[in-house]
Amino acid sequence: MPLEPTLACQLNNIHLRNPLVLASGAMGVSPTLLMRVARSGAGAVTAKSCGPQPREGHPNPVMAEWAHGLINAIGLSNPGVDEEVAQLIEAQTQLTTIDVPLFASIFAGSAQEFGEVAAVISAAHPALIEVNISCPNVHDDFGLPFAADAKSAAEVVRSVKNAVGTIPVAVKLAPNVPDIGRIAQAVVAEGADVITAINTMPGMLIDADAQQAVLSNRSGGISGPALKPIALRCVAEIARSVDVPIIGTGGVITGRDAVEMLMAGASAVGVGSAFWYRGAEAFALILDEMKEFMIDHNIRDIGQLIGKAL
Amino acid sequence: MKHTGTFTACKVVTIEKLNAATSRIVFDRDVDAQPGQFLMAWLPSLGEKPFSLFTRSPLSIVVVDVGPFSHALQTLRIGDSVWIKGSLGNGFTPEGENVLMVGGGYGAAPLYSLAKACREQLMHVIVCLGAGTSSSVLLRDEFDRLDCQVAVATEDGSAGTKGLVTNVVEDVLRREHIDTIYACGPTGMLTALAKISHKHKINYQFSWEAHMRCGMGLCGSCEVSPDADPSLPAGWLACFDGPVFRKHWNAVY
Repeated sequence: MPLEPTLACQLNNIHLRNPLVLASGAMGVSPTLLMRVARSGAGAVTAKSCGPQPREGHPNPVMAEWAHGLINAIGLSNPGVDEEVAQLIEAQTQLTTIDVPLFASIFAGSAQEFGEVAAVISAAHPALIEVNISCPNVHDDFGLPFAADAKSAAEVVRSVKNAVGTIPVAVKLAPNVPDIGRIAQAVVAEGADVITAINTMPGMLIDADAQQAVLSNRSGGISGPALKPIALRCVAEIARSVDVPIIGTGGVITGRDAVEMLMAGASAVGVGSAFWYRGAEAFALILDEMKEFMIDHNIRDIGQLIGKAL
Repeated sequence: MKHTGTFTACKVVTIEKLNAATSRIVFDRDVDAQPGQFLMAWLPSLGEKPFSLFTRSPLSIVVVDVGPFSHALQTLRIGDSVWIKGSLGNGFTPEGENVLMVGGGYGAAPLYSLAKACREQLMHVIVCLGAGTSSSVLLRDEFDRLDCQVAVATEDGSAGTKGLVTNVVEDVLRREHIDTIYACGPTGMLTALAKISHKHKINYQFSWEAHMRCGMGLCGSCEVSPDADPSLPAGWLACFDGPVFRKHWNAVY
């Protein structure tokens, strides 16, 4: 009987029992849902992004599947930071009992507002605050995502770092930029402790019979299997450009996908759309498959995989 | 019961009035589904809403005229398309020999396929239909034709017993041994039935309603709180774990 491989790992100063992190956006913000995902095996859970004000999000349809992935434009529906911080405080109380770290996620319309939202959310003492500068579904309200421009991205990070004291800050980057390594360098220079990469890829589904875009928002963010090769490349670029840990996110559905993300240079792996493809036990299935891979390849510690394919 | 999140254009074959506000829309295809599963129906430019499956072969849904979307569905013409995503979620399974089905208002719709499946297995099926008034009682004749034993309750007494359908259920339980209670309807009715089922320790399968957005278990919008039924696990999602929740008293974990 081979020795059980070690999946425990470190992300900045955060200890994770395994590298799988619930990606922001999947499963919302309710303490009960975050607890459910934590109990199902996640190493950490990220709440859905919240902004300064409550947002209803876009009208339906907000999500659809096609042969190679999912597309969604939920529209950053969230209860607003004042309500979300109360929910996260409750979630934090519950998650502490099972030692699963809580990551908050925030968005806003300006660098200053990012700082304000971050200050409010800090009261929940999340283990990490993820700054979502890359949601593809809110162009109408906020113009170009901050993640598209190194200078704007850096300004947001400066504002957030000033507002949150010692809580580590992750910056969630967009795939659709000419040089993601340069954006990563710009945010790390302002003190970003972790990079989350990537957000969904902007895309559009048209139904030929309907002669219309499928999503009410017309365009949306592509996730699932179609996103994986894009994410792997972005993570590898970032890993070559900066020295902070990366939460590699995008199209991780199986244990092999997760292993590949680590090999691209990620220290932890975001999981979201897998719930659709694998069901409620997605985390447990992916973890089992990772262990199986490690046993088959005689790898004792998950850390041995990080950056292997760089 | 393969899940699919891809929209498919389905053509309307017939639209048949079931009562003043309710129609059955039949489409030109079959789906692989269990009774009690649901689908999302999209009308371009108008929106997308969840509907429980009425029959799977041919695919049909029951639509109550409650707003602009359901009104538009009811006024479609033969040959018009509705874009269907599904089947989705988890449905009912026939269990036991003597079963009780409780439909509150249009909650009767998903029970029809289940009753048919149960009758095909020669199960004895009692159906209790609850509604505000006689014109809102749904599918009574259809359940009769399946040789179900049908009881009706209306709040105004215009058909069947006057009062809530839960009173009729209590009467049935005093007379009969029931193996499984199936129900679909308003949350208040299901909460009351859960209490009754707990009191009598009867297995049950209830279909819960919640505000669904993505319908695919990812957005977290349709959580049903254990306040509605203490047997529901925390973080239970109607579209992903349900819409049908099963309680087995003798379940081995």
